[in-house]
Amino acid sequence: MNNSQTMQAPDTAPEVNFAYLDERTKRMIRRSILKAVAIPGYQVPFGSREMPLPYGWGTGGIQVTASVIGPTDTLKVIDQGSDDTVNAVNIRRFFERTAGVQTTTRTNEATLIQTRHRIPEKPLVEGQIIVFQVPVPEPMQRLEPRETETRTLHGLAEYGLMHVKLYEDIARFGHIATTYDYPVLVNHRYIMSPSPNPKFDNPKMHMNLALQLFGAGREKRIYAVPPYTAVESLAFEDHPFEIQKWNTVCAQCGSTESFLDEIITDDAGGRMHVCSDSDYCQERQDLV
Amino acid sequence: MYVAVKGGEAAILNSYKLLEAQRRGDPSLPELTVDQIRQQLKLSVDRVMTEGSVYDPELAALAIKQASGDLIEAIFLLRAYRATLPRLGNTCAIDTSSMQLMRRISATFKDLPGGQVLGPTYDYTQRLLDFTLLANAQEGNSHPPQPSEKPSASLEHESFPRVIDLLNQENLIETFECPLDDPLPKDLTREPLRFPADRATRLQNIARGDEGFLLAMAYSTQRGYSHSHPFVGEVRLGEVAIEIEPEELGFAISIGDIEITECEMVNQFAGSKTEPPKFTRGYGLAFGHSERKAMAMSLVDRALRAEELGETIESPAQMQEFVLSHSDSLEASGFVQHLKLPHYVDFQSELELVRKMRANQHHSDASDSLDNKSQGPS
Repeated sequence: MNNSQTMQAPDTAPEVNFAYLDERTKRMIRRSILKAVAIPGYQVPFGSREMPLPYGWGTGGIQVTASVIGPTDTLKVIDQGSDDTVNAVNIRRFFERTAGVQTTTRTNEATLIQTRHRIPEKPLVEGQIIVFQVPVPEPMQRLEPRETETRTLHGLAEYGLMHVKLYEDIARFGHIATTYDYPVLVNHRYIMSPSPNPKFDNPKMHMNLALQLFGAGREKRIYAVPPYTAVESLAFEDHPFEIQKWNTVCAQCGSTESFLDEIITDDAGGRMHVCSDSDYCQERQDLV
Repeated sequence: MYVAVKGGEAAILNSYKLLEAQRRGDPSLPELTVDQIRQQLKLSVDRVMTEGSVYDPELAALAIKQASGDLIEAIFLLRAYRATLPRLGNTCAIDTSSMQLMRRISATFKDLPGGQVLGPTYDYTQRLLDFTLLANAQEGNSHPPQPSEKPSASLEHESFPRVIDLLNQENLIETFECPLDDPLPKDLTREPLRFPADRATRLQNIARGDEGFLLAMAYSTQRGYSHSHPFVGEVRLGEVAIEIEPEELGFAISIGDIEITECEMVNQFAGSKTEPPKFTRGYGLAFGHSERKAMAMSLVDRALRAEELGETIESPAQMQEFVLSHSDSLEASGFVQHLKLPHYVDFQSELELVRKMRANQHHSDASDSLDNKSQGPS
């Protein structure tokens, strides 16, 4: 709204620029994204802005989305796999108000998907962009909180700290006790946080056809996995990576392959399992 | 029976209405005006301006009203507004020795040029609830003091040399040369914070930092976590001119006055092999009347200079990454409160893991009663 390059948002919020951010800020963010794409898995610092939504609620993802979205895009926003959780609704409304773009709940209709904690079950295709909201971009932060140190470790590809942590899990529990935000090695070079997705989703990142962008607003970092890039979940030869399995099926669509949420149905221990990906589940129900 | 989690949008819209009703309170009472907040809740307005990084009492008062008096929420509103404002230019460095003083105290000298001026302060009020305020408010007839009763707060004086400058005459205190060309400091609202951060960047960070956090960090330095023998060189409150120097003009012009609180903390330094013992400094500056903030800031600033002064870094207040990464109320409040967001998926993953670990433990207990650790993952 402050310079000559402004574009007007089409409908409800004419007082703000298209997708809220001013064009110079978008350009700054796009440059960071380009650098991130050029160095897969590397965390690029960027001048994260104070958004009208709280830090920790998706400001990084929102800034990335705002910088890459165009008037012809179709946007899907999910949180925990669902389009209908309040935070997903809120972010979708934000872009409806500020960018007036088309929104959808259908994974295959979306050109741009912003997500928190899940990757859709339906495989993504070329041309799609998926934007992850990232709370803690530094995978080693809980092992070494000083950024000056972790930066050096990444520079030297010195990842012993992380391997020792995983080894200690095995020594103590007999298996790796990390179930979400499970660290990955990107393009055989950088260890990266996949964001707090369940490890169930990690294999989907490997050689994905879509562009995967990661925005951490509070920590002011952007990173990326370009299409067709190797993403390997850390493991040991004798303790290979495994994903979660359920010995039940989705109570609504009968899927045996999706990530299931457990829902408590009464106060006597009754529970049922349903797909976390609401669009996937609905589509399967519609087919029947 | 399972009810699909839908209707998020309707819930949000209803929540807006409930929030509005809560903010307004009893509609039979007159609504608070932004001007009333600005005039009568000045110290709240000052804090919101300081941590919101915008000097605009009217917008700060509006933010306080909109946030139902939640100052951190008000700071958030002001910051989000500020984020999209254009940068029209840079002001010249302010000169606090020529400020219009309303209050100025020094704990290091009994008297000094310009004198000690108590000014408005809660310091020597005896903290007894004043029930006349309650009665007056109920009658709605509070009497403003007549002009003749009102003591003149501002002091007519040419300039008030700073205590630091007085100490400097004896070379007893460290001084700083203005670097060549006076480079602009990094703008933390435009560029990310990187470590190690220079002092200008650190000061910028803690100037925006949460008062409560800085107060606690400052307090910790007084309780043995990096003691720095502090004395209040001076605390001053007053108005200072803001000047800009437009390129086409070639000289500075005043664009208005702002009220600020400045604190210079004087700290002992034992000296080193290369330097004789002298006093070192910690600096604090805040918009409006914000003494607690300015003093806490100056103690934290001094503690953060540990590396530069060759002190051992062993306490949280001396650790740049610890202090600067956690000082911002928006970042802290957002991330702590994001735990309210759904975490079904992560929790499901943890549930599955805990059940698996318990099953394993049960199994191994049954077989050989090994002493298995039951501690969960970090």
